[in-house]
Amino acid sequence: MTGTLVNTTVNGDAVQFACPTDESLMDSLRDRVGLTGVKEGCGTGDCGACSITLDGELVCSCLVLGVEANGRNIGTVEGLADGDKLHPLQEQFINHAALQCGICTPGFLVAAKALLDKNKNPTEEEIRYALAGNLCRCTGYDKIVRAVQAASKDLRKKK
Amino acid sequence: MTHDQSFTNQKFKLVGSRVNRPDGVDKVTGRAKYGADASAPGQLVALFLRSPHAHAKIKKLDTSKAEKLAGVKAVITSADLPDHTAGAQLDVLENCMARDRVLYDGHAVAAVAAIDKETAKKALKLIKVSYGKLPHVTDVDEAMRPGAPLVREDIFTRGVDPKPTEPSNVCKVSTFGHGDIEAGFDEADVIIEKSFKTEQTHQGYIEPHACLASVGPDGNGELWVTTQGHYTYRTVCAALLGMDMAKLKVTSSEIGGGFGGKTHVWIEPIALALSRKANRPVKAVMTRDEVFKASGPTCSTSMDIKIGAKKDGTITAGSAHIRYQDGAFRGQWGQLGAMTAFACYDLKNVQSVGYDVLVNRPKVAAYRAPSAPMAAFGVESTMDLVAEAIEMDPVTLRIKNAAKEGTRASYGPTYGPIGIGPTLEAAKNHPHMRAKLKKNQGRGMACGFWFNFGGQTCTDINISADGTVNLTLGTVDVGGSRASMSLICAEELGIPYDQVKANIADTSSLGHNDTTEGSRGTFSSGMATIFAAREAIEEMKERAAQTWDIPVEEVEWVEGEARAIGQKNDNLPPLTLKDIAARAAATGGPIAGHNEVVADGAGVSFASHICDVEVDPETGGTRIIRYTVIQDAGKAINPDYVEGQFQGGAAQGIGWALNEEYIYGDDGRLQNAGFLDYRIPVCSDLPFIDTEILEIPNPNHPYGIRGVGETSIVPPLAAIGNAVSNAAGVRMTHVPMSPPRILKAIEEAEA
Ligand code: FES
Ligand code: FES
Repeated sequence: MTGTLVNTTVNGDAVQFACPTDESLMDSLRDRVGLTGVKEGCGTGDCGACSITLDGELVCSCLVLGVEANGRNIGTVEGLADGDKLHPLQEQFINHAALQCGICTPGFLVAAKALLDKNKNPTEEEIRYALAGNLCRCTGYDKIVRAVQAASKDLRKKK
Repeated sequence: MTHDQSFTNQKFKLVGSRVNRPDGVDKVTGRAKYGADASAPGQLVALFLRSPHAHAKIKKLDTSKAEKLAGVKAVITSADLPDHTAGAQLDVLENCMARDRVLYDGHAVAAVAAIDKETAKKALKLIKVSYGKLPHVTDVDEAMRPGAPLVREDIFTRGVDPKPTEPSNVCKVSTFGHGDIEAGFDEADVIIEKSFKTEQTHQGYIEPHACLASVGPDGNGELWVTTQGHYTYRTVCAALLGMDMAKLKVTSSEIGGGFGGKTHVWIEPIALALSRKANRPVKAVMTRDEVFKASGPTCSTSMDIKIGAKKDGTITAGSAHIRYQDGAFRGQWGQLGAMTAFACYDLKNVQSVGYDVLVNRPKVAAYRAPSAPMAAFGVESTMDLVAEAIEMDPVTLRIKNAAKEGTRASYGPTYGPIGIGPTLEAAKNHPHMRAKLKKNQGRGMACGFWFNFGGQTCTDINISADGTVNLTLGTVDVGGSRASMSLICAEELGIPYDQVKANIADTSSLGHNDTTEGSRGTFSSGMATIFAAREAIEEMKERAAQTWDIPVEEVEWVEGEARAIGQKNDNLPPLTLKDIAARAAATGGPIAGHNEVVADGAGVSFASHICDVEVDPETGGTRIIRYTVIQDAGKAINPDYVEGQFQGGAAQGIGWALNEEYIYGDDGRLQNAGFLDYRIPVCSDLPFIDTEILEIPNPNHPYGIRGVGETSIVPPLAAIGNAVSNAAGVRMTHVPMSPPRILKAIEEAEA
């Protein structure tokens, strides 16, 4: 492999890796940084399983190149919990049985967090549209939407 | 030990409660390991070369240049694989790797293992294949016409008399039913005859097929794989590659959805073969494009349904001829469809005929209650037409003809206690039925049936010295079964849910378990768990008796503790499970319970769905306004996850009904192999999906369990078909009811 060196920040930690210039950030994160919580469902930007935040913006990491991460701030599902304290979204996903197989869950959590960071009290419709880029084949989305509603309530109470 | 499998109607303490799943934290933190998440030192990357043609002879296949490329460690074609041409596994291996001709767009012709993806990609480009194109057929009706291109030359239709002398694409004709349908139709006041079509859909699990294979020259191998049945994968892979089953350890990863699609092997035997040849671990992961083209979607169908009824609503006869396309390999899908078509009803005269037909498309695999949704679409749409013709409420018509205990099912057996009547009554009385509809909106309902399976199951319970319990299961957990099994185990032992830790064993650690399919997981592993726990309890009673020095007959197990019965034993304080566990070393060693069983007596399951839709007459677009699922679970062990199964099945059915379809070009190539063009429902497409769980116990299971995973996908095509037809004012007969099809139907009705 001929690689380019990338210096980046992942979930607050300085991370360095080398990757070919045509490698997706999803592959770099999974195969080089070891963050397999970033899931591949399609590799073409259609399923949201690989969702991460890049400088706070929600993106599909399969549509970003690894080399583009240089000097940027990456957030993945692995960075959601605060030490041994789960994020309210993580807690409510478990409480509401919002996952069956769970492969979509990391992407949903990252996307839902990006929504709640911007909109503290989203309506059902806002939640449904904000999560429309994330596919879930198991749940029919019912319990996912309820979990996000419950987490948004928890977060508002906390403030 | 023989166990009483019959329903005991016990009162439950834990079963039926909404507990959190034991694998929840792993799955919300990204820690859970799925098929593509495992790696091994020195691993190679496998990639596949696939056919661009629907049907062609492989005239020449030259891999020499690829083999010489630096970094390529193994190349495999069918020449490297055992020839199973005459054996039972022919279809399986030929699907994994084409032999002398390719049978569909995406059929694998070669595979390489290289040090990285870049090298593997380069190697694929260096493989030279020259194809001689053959005529192809992708439509089920066209494949049945005389003179259609033959997918295989050695297919002579089974199930017809006399046996045909010419080959055709029809592998099998399966006929079920009883009575005299001609006499039945003669008695009818109205007869409705209608033809329907459904298009091919994919299970659409979000996790692509993935595995990590490792085989050494000593014949020992390991396979880490996303699968619904790691024991089945072991059996098949060992047979295909000539390996000893005991030397191939298969571990099921967390599974990112399967719905039937992960019951067959696809890339796994090839990954093992590459690893054996290279003597290095090999990781193989399908792309989404490959998943669509070369895993196993469900059938497309075409059918003719005929139902006759008296004015009072009595159905006098029903017949169905349903043609299922199996892809390029023989299946049993027509047979299953014919069995399910009229299973909801109590009919004097009924005949259903299923056809299994080959076409140049990928091998069909199971998809959640395989074959039943299509048959239900035809029959349940026709039921609505009958109701309309005799001016009767469609639910009332169904209730009048519903099967009940003692009914001879259209596919043969006589039903025990069943839930079709109760789900229909619940639908009739549901507030959803009385909600007001607005302009352009319509309501539809339909019911559905699925058999549910049992099968071979094996479970271990090991009690640790501190009294915590390991429950070792062999049925893959596809959607929360570790929680349900822990509940059952804790219930039997009389201990808290948290005291049990459930694990899924690899194939070396526990005896054979059939694949998690046919909604068998909770039914059969539940049964084995109950019996294993009872065995552990017997052992603990022995230990208590020994400690107390009294006969074991004077010991009973109540609420998680051994109690000595009888006045003379009044001075003996109870021994809890923890007490007994702590003393195990002194009383006879480790305490375990074990059970192996062929779980018989799976309980059939029925559901009724109600759906409101709004159809935009300008665009033909349909929105689901409200959706209600009513289903008999037998017993809901963990209601949260039962509801989840109801909702998930309904959502898949909604996608199938409105949007999803494989689109083939005239060249026989798949045109929409991706989630952008094969659009599954997204969050903003759906409303909340209401559920109602009925519990009509299965008398053949100690807890009354039936299984809940599949029935929920059976009614949606028809329920939505009826709703759309009511909203648009024109009968829809072709699924998916995509905007162009709805507009065309409206235009034709107006013309
Ligand atoms: S893997 Fe990136 S969107 Fe599907
Ligand atoms: S829980 Fe399986 S895809 Fe969402």
